[in-house]
Amino acid sequence: MSSNVSGDTIVRYTVGERTHHWIVALAFILAAFSGLAMFHPALFWLSDLFGGGPWTRVLHPFLGLVMVIGFVLLAARVQSDNRMTPADWQWLKQWRDVVNNREERLPEVGRFNAGQKLLFLVLALCLAGLFLSGFVIWRAYFAFYFPIPVIRLAALVHAVCAFVLITAIIVHIYAGIWVKSSVSAITRGTVSPGWAWKHHRAWFREVISAARSRPGPN
Amino acid sequence: MPLQSLDIVRRSATTLPPPGVRDAATGQVAKLIDTTKCIGCKACQVACMEWNDLRDEIGTNVGVYDNPPDLTDKSWTVMRFAEYENPNGNLEWLIRKDGCMHCEDPGCLKACPAPGAIVQYANGIVDFQEENCIGCGYCIAGCPFDIPRISKRDHKVYKCTLCSDRVAVGLEPACIKACPTGALVFGTKEDMKEHAADRIEDLKSRGFENAGLYDPAGVGGTHVMYVLHHLDQPQLYSDLPKDPQISPTVHLWKGVTKPVALAVMGFTALAGFFHFIRVGRNETTEHDEEAAAKGQAQPTPPAKPEKRP
Repeated sequence: MSSNVSGDTIVRYTVGERTHHWIVALAFILAAFSGLAMFHPALFWLSDLFGGGPWTRVLHPFLGLVMVIGFVLLAARVQSDNRMTPADWQWLKQWRDVVNNREERLPEVGRFNAGQKLLFLVLALCLAGLFLSGFVIWRAYFAFYFPIPVIRLAALVHAVCAFVLITAIIVHIYAGIWVKSSVSAITRGTVSPGWAWKHHRAWFREVISAARSRPGPN
Repeated sequence: MPLQSLDIVRRSATTLPPPGVRDAATGQVAKLIDTTKCIGCKACQVACMEWNDLRDEIGTNVGVYDNPPDLTDKSWTVMRFAEYENPNGNLEWLIRKDGCMHCEDPGCLKACPAPGAIVQYANGIVDFQEENCIGCGYCIAGCPFDIPRISKRDHKVYKCTLCSDRVAVGLEPACIKACPTGALVFGTKEDMKEHAADRIEDLKSRGFENAGLYDPAGVGGTHVMYVLHHLDQPQLYSDLPKDPQISPTVHLWKGVTKPVALAVMGFTALAGFFHFIRVGRNETTEHDEEAAAKGQAQPTPPAKPEKRP
């Protein structure tokens, strides 16, 4: 991280990171809603949001592609901060302390905590699965090239990956609401020093020492 | 019998049962295709295109009698010609009229995600309602017989309707009407089974000891049945499947995955809500801000030996 401290705020997500995050997030919501419409009859009404069943079928794969490409670009920016460390495994072992807001008992956390890193990994795997199986079942352009048993398998893989992805994102969205000020971090980019100190102390120290080692305000 | 074609007993992507007080009291219908009587004249193909206003593209000869070489969105039935040399060294020309089998347990309907795009009538006919079709092609993956064909023009799926429109007004399907040898007959499923039994007895008396009725139990039986000389080897008839059933993959995809996935997603959201109610948000306090200010002012404490790029 570059120097990101000014006055009483710390830059957590740069403009580029926020843009990429929200491209992926919006594409995810649209792809998920259109996909769920075709997944379960109880959710077919979601297809009305896209102009009906055929339009949902037409748009869904393109929305998925935007999501995958957006994620690849986002991953290129943040993957180096998402490698698991021994401290992360310790953090995961103490998941009870995590969910009960007993953060003081946990090892110091870098830019991302183990939960965020795990999410990153799950998203990468699910999106890879969705991307590959999605081409196989893309009836308008690609399904003709595959034998029917492969299409059946791809449809199952696509459904399972999407289910895991959506469930992971539900957890992700709730975590954003749960840890207060996370939403403003990802929308406006900055956090307070206290927030960084409490939730990502190792990262806080890093940012502070980086700010100290270069000339400039503060 | 005719009005059964208006009573729907199964409807794709629909979780509640359709109106079902009336049932097929007079029996369900079936088409019987007697391959032992078929001469391969293709009158049935012509009748099908005539009645249904279908004019497929004129193709090219691919070196066999099959014309067109495969089912298409505009060719709902195709004669498939197989040459089989039997153990006695004689040639048998096994001709099979291919098309939708109208399964009692239709894989296409199970796979379809569009409400009402595929229906099954009380008389057993499985029909596509193209105006509800969204063009995903899941039915193609669901069908154990590789029958539905998607149109590249309108992205809807088409197949044999068993002339549900004709049957609804008391007529027999167009192909039946056109068959010159009586290889095609139509009636209630019970009558067709009886008729087939007579035919099979006759065939057996003439040396076809494995003759039998193809009404595969794996899909709950079909409303299009074959009399075969070699029921023990249906694959001889241009790869008619020996034991067709809805693929286990499709069962997994459309059976257990759907409700379980929906339930787990809902439960996850609910777990978040109750976490909020019971534990509450993880907030930053004044104390944290003070500690951070102190940490900011002091020289960096001994950093953890964490490797970071």
